[in-house]
Amino acid sequence: MHAYAAAFAAVVWREVLRFVHQRERFLSALVRPLIWLLVFAAGFRAVLGIAIQPPYETYITYDVYIAPGLVAMIQLFAGMQSSLSMVYDRETGSMRVLLTTPLPRWFLLFSKLSAGAIVSILQVYAFLLIASFFGIAFPLPGYILVLPVLMLTGLMLGAIGMFISSSVRQLENFAGVMNFVIFPAFFLSSALYPLWRMKESSVPLYWISELNPFTHAVELVRFALYAKGEWISLAVVAGTLIVALGLSVWGYNPQRGMRIGGGPGGER
Amino acid sequence: MTAPPSPDTPALSVEELSFAYKGRLALDCVSFEIRRGRFTALLGPNGAGKSTLFGLLTRLLTTDRGRIAILGADLKTAGPKALAPLGIVFQQPTLDLDLTVGQNLRYFARLRGLTRSEADRRIARELARMDMGDRVPEKVRALNGGHRRRVEIARALLSDPALLLLDEPTVGLDVPTRKSIVGHVHELASESGIAVLWATHLIDEIRAEDDLVVLHRGRVVASGVAAELAGAASSGDLEAAFSVLTGARDEAA
Repeated sequence: MHAYAAAFAAVVWREVLRFVHQRERFLSALVRPLIWLLVFAAGFRAVLGIAIQPPYETYITYDVYIAPGLVAMIQLFAGMQSSLSMVYDRETGSMRVLLTTPLPRWFLLFSKLSAGAIVSILQVYAFLLIASFFGIAFPLPGYILVLPVLMLTGLMLGAIGMFISSSVRQLENFAGVMNFVIFPAFFLSSALYPLWRMKESSVPLYWISELNPFTHAVELVRFALYAKGEWISLAVVAGTLIVALGLSVWGYNPQRGMRIGGGPGGER
Repeated sequence: MTAPPSPDTPALSVEELSFAYKGRLALDCVSFEIRRGRFTALLGPNGAGKSTLFGLLTRLLTTDRGRIAILGADLKTAGPKALAPLGIVFQQPTLDLDLTVGQNLRYFARLRGLTRSEADRRIARELARMDMGDRVPEKVRALNGGHRRRVEIARALLSDPALLLLDEPTVGLDVPTRKSIVGHVHELASESGIAVLWATHLIDEIRAEDDLVVLHRGRVVASGVAAELAGAASSGDLEAAFSVLTGARDEAA
């Protein structure tokens, strides 16, 4: 048991250390949602009213509405960043050091995912702190109850990224793939507007957004920030996590092989 | 609880191992053994299948054809636990450039389940053995290629391995650095009793007393003590023997 705990702690420690060393990464992780919150939302709050809908019990301003979506956006970017680092680790070889540890592969990959989720949670709390300075605050229990939810959503988004990273052979290809994941996932969700608004303009887009697991990550975070549960979203997020994790473990299965060798393309 | 392997059990046993990439055979019925406390060179030109073999030995690849046993434990049935006696230095550099030497080694030590105090003790010991004792706080990015390789070897030794696998560890290094690293690893095998498998395509890294496995086009074309294999060639040197062994096969093909 000690070997498992030590390995888990080592993977988390390395990921946090790498994050701390990359100040630009931390800065950009914060600047992106803050621009959305303080510029985009400030402009839209005058034109976009949000009707009362759960979990809200009163009328809210647009910036309050999109804050949970931006929290999920931080995790979406962090999840993809962490999977990008997996492609980088694979190219630089350090993934081999992890995968040749004498512990089950699923556990090593789960540790790596958890480490990425923990790093994303640090970013989220930094964002929530800054947002509170601008008057966007949530009930105190929400800040605590959102923690396990953030772990779950962080794991789900990381697992999706990990599966993608397992099937991307080169770092250069990864950026292209990301464009097909991050932007559709974000814009076809309830992060920026309630889905009933989407339904008014396009029913097919509404259904795509409704089926998008990222929508459920946003809603789970939104409800948790108000200390409430959203059980359908919880089931969708948990289910997606299990499927994506299974696919990732399959993707990194030695039966499928890793690129072997040192030079470009690797010796075989 | 499994019984400890007997002293006669080979450190590594490879039996009739075959592997194909999408139908193209990369290893063909490869068999050899590595004895404890011996330096074994795996000699073969580029494309001979050395890295594929390392992929299989480290479970980055798997195959149903053939058997690999590390200290008697079958890699297929024992699972990842069978990797515990291994120290591995990959051909490709695997250190995190943005972390310090100490942080890289501590990460690995914790991955292998060492306590913090034990990790620190072994890190100091292995870096001293590699003449790198004063480099703990330096970022890996600031080290030259030779020093990075030494750190990787030190890292592979942190778990006190019974078998050290090195896949072309001197690629890209200058001649004095190569000689120094080869010398260090030879000393390791003779002084600490570790079995070493050293893959290379450079004949000058092999000493007469080393065990040698010659791999060519995925097949073992010769194995034995290097001096004996060299003696079989008319000129009596290893380079000529290697040319004969690989050239003859090429002609036959």
